[in-house]
Amino acid sequence: MNIQGSIYRRLMLQLVGSAAILAAILFVLFQSFARQLAVESQDTTLQASASAILESVSVQKGVVVADIPYAALAMLGNVSDDRVFYQISKGDLVLTGYDDLPRTSAAPSWTANYRGDPIRLVQTSRSLPIDGTLATVTVTVGQTQDGLAQKLSEISRTAILIGAIFFAVATVLAIWTARSSVRPLNTVAAAVARRGPADLRPVTTPVPSEMAPLTIALNDFIARLDRSLTRSEDFITEAAHRVRTPLATVRAQAEVTLRRVDREENRMALKQMIRAVDESSRAAGQLLDHAMVAFRTDHLKQSELDLGAILNEIVARQGPVADLKDISIEQASDPNCVIMGDAILIQNAVTNIIDNAVKYSPHETVITVTLTRTSNSVTLTVTDQGPGFQADNIDSLTDRFARGTNVGQTVGSGLGLTIANEVTKAHNGTLTLNQSTKGTGACVTLSLPA
Amino acid sequence: MRYLITAGLILWMTAVNSFEIEARTEFSAANSTATLNIISTTDTAVFAPLIHSFQQVHPQISVIYTAASSSQIYAGIAEGGVYFDIAISSAMDLQTKLANDGFAQRYTSDATALVPDWGQWRGSVFAFTQEPATIVLNRAAFANQPIPQTRAELITLLRNQPKKYIGRTGTYDVRSSGLGYLFATQDSRTSETYWRLTELMGQLNAHLYCCSSDMIEDVSTGKIAIAYNVLGSYAAARDDLADKITIIEPEDYATVMLRTALILKGTTQQRPAEQFMDHLLSQAWARNPDDQDKNLRRIPLGPGLLVFLDRLKRQQFLKEWTSAILQ
Repeated sequence: MNIQGSIYRRLMLQLVGSAAILAAILFVLFQSFARQLAVESQDTTLQASASAILESVSVQKGVVVADIPYAALAMLGNVSDDRVFYQISKGDLVLTGYDDLPRTSAAPSWTANYRGDPIRLVQTSRSLPIDGTLATVTVTVGQTQDGLAQKLSEISRTAILIGAIFFAVATVLAIWTARSSVRPLNTVAAAVARRGPADLRPVTTPVPSEMAPLTIALNDFIARLDRSLTRSEDFITEAAHRVRTPLATVRAQAEVTLRRVDREENRMALKQMIRAVDESSRAAGQLLDHAMVAFRTDHLKQSELDLGAILNEIVARQGPVADLKDISIEQASDPNCVIMGDAILIQNAVTNIIDNAVKYSPHETVITVTLTRTSNSVTLTVTDQGPGFQADNIDSLTDRFARGTNVGQTVGSGLGLTIANEVTKAHNGTLTLNQSTKGTGACVTLSLPA
Repeated sequence: MRYLITAGLILWMTAVNSFEIEARTEFSAANSTATLNIISTTDTAVFAPLIHSFQQVHPQISVIYTAASSSQIYAGIAEGGVYFDIAISSAMDLQTKLANDGFAQRYTSDATALVPDWGQWRGSVFAFTQEPATIVLNRAAFANQPIPQTRAELITLLRNQPKKYIGRTGTYDVRSSGLGYLFATQDSRTSETYWRLTELMGQLNAHLYCCSSDMIEDVSTGKIAIAYNVLGSYAAARDDLADKITIIEPEDYATVMLRTALILKGTTQQRPAEQFMDHLLSQAWARNPDDQDKNLRRIPLGPGLLVFLDRLKRQQFLKEWTSAILQ
């Protein structure tokens, strides 16, 4: 699997990132807005003070007099402890106040350095008639900005707090959003993962519209897989027919020919041919059986099976072959050996075990088949009097195409026990290979849950 | 007596705002490692106990104490050329102007935290006394008549018996006395009765004084019967005159002056100056609870005090005052 990145992480990162950016913008906006308000408020107070002072300026007998109201400067002291400077001038002539206070003709309010500190200044003026001419009287009022700085630092703290709270809330929301966005994906994944091996129904879990294409594609894929699997099954059945039938014909023809041929070397050749055909037929059969078993174990079709009945049928079918070798099959079954399983597979597995026993048993021997039932399992034991298993390769006999070293001339593909083993595993059972406790024979034990 | 005096301080002063005396006294420490220069309007003898108690706590600091008038203190510092670490003055307006014009340091400590908000400005001007302006009466002159408790009663008294009081009232000459000017301007802010009283006193040919001590002296001898706007702390300190004078805190309102101290910028004795300020303020405020008396009109510290220092404003006020008192 090629995993690159995470939707959850990316979503989180983007949401938290934008929250951080928004919080920063909020902080800057709030602070600059507050600063503007604070400066404006100081300007307003200074303006009120300057206007009050200007209002008190009058001309008496051709002389400019000023009667500065107490409140004009006291009001500045009410707002903050800042230092206060003022000046009243007529043109360029300073009438009273701080002589060196800066003046300007440009703006009604401005910031300048005075006596080592930055001060905020406002200026207002009006024209007064003195001896028949108009003179401009200007009032300038300035104040240091300590109070403003203190107010701004308080505002900054508030702004930081607001920004931090905003960010915290946004982060919590981001986590929640990211989680809930990814949740449908996990829901579908869990629903698909929970399915049984043969469950090829379309996904019906409710999904958001954004996931519809993925779900449609997934369902489409499942449908194609289902069709493809059905086709494989058909193909296997078809192939089995097509390979086995011509081989049977070849064998029959060879048998017929054998009867007509007298010369010993020709008979030998034909016998070898028949033997080779048998081998091919059996190998093809078992290969197809194995393919079928492999397919079916992925798609078990469970149903109630009476193992006793299946066994009887198989033993009966092996009867003629056993008779040819004078082998007697002794059978003892407990009643009611019912299991849940795939009929075709179980049949196939049991056939392979019995077939093996018959195939490897010498003439005039006995095969013992017992079927026993316990409370939670059904056990089939098949014991013969053949050569048995070699201890050194007993574990590898269930591998594909592995055959015992003591099989001699017996025809075999090395798939029989593999099939039996795979079927057993698919049914959660166990297959055990042992030497018979009585003499040399093999003992195969198949145990399935009841 | 409702006014408050700095703990341990007995105010017995002369010529607070006159220009004549300039006394320089050195309080040497035994193992002197630092010398503190203090300039003050308070008389040396009155302030000496506080310096001694300071030197008990800080025996390594010598103190040079210079007594001067409030305008000398202001001019000396504002125009430069003199060196001091601490300035102490009864002229709240001039002290405020020094701080406003950048000659005072800000200082914060446990001791400055004791000072109530109204007792300090910008963390650099610190009050250490509250001293009300009072009316001082000759006890003998009022032996058989009710004593006026308010300005209105005083006005009624003077109106009803003008002959008795002609030439027998007195008050500050606000043209020469800084403290007198401060009291007068604050009075004028507070009540219109001030101008009525001043006009009345003008009609009665009131005597004008440079200082509270002279007024107290003249009231005690009977030269005048009534003195208006006398610093109550000085009158109260005159135990020897207690049976000759009566001190009235007007019930309508009593203007309260705050005596203030500030650490000057450019001091080379930073730590000793701070230690002295701590000592001064903790002596003053540690035991004195905030006085809640409603009739006390403390002169508020702040830029408002700069208004009456304005040249044109002062001209205007003095013109009005002069026309009222000199008729």
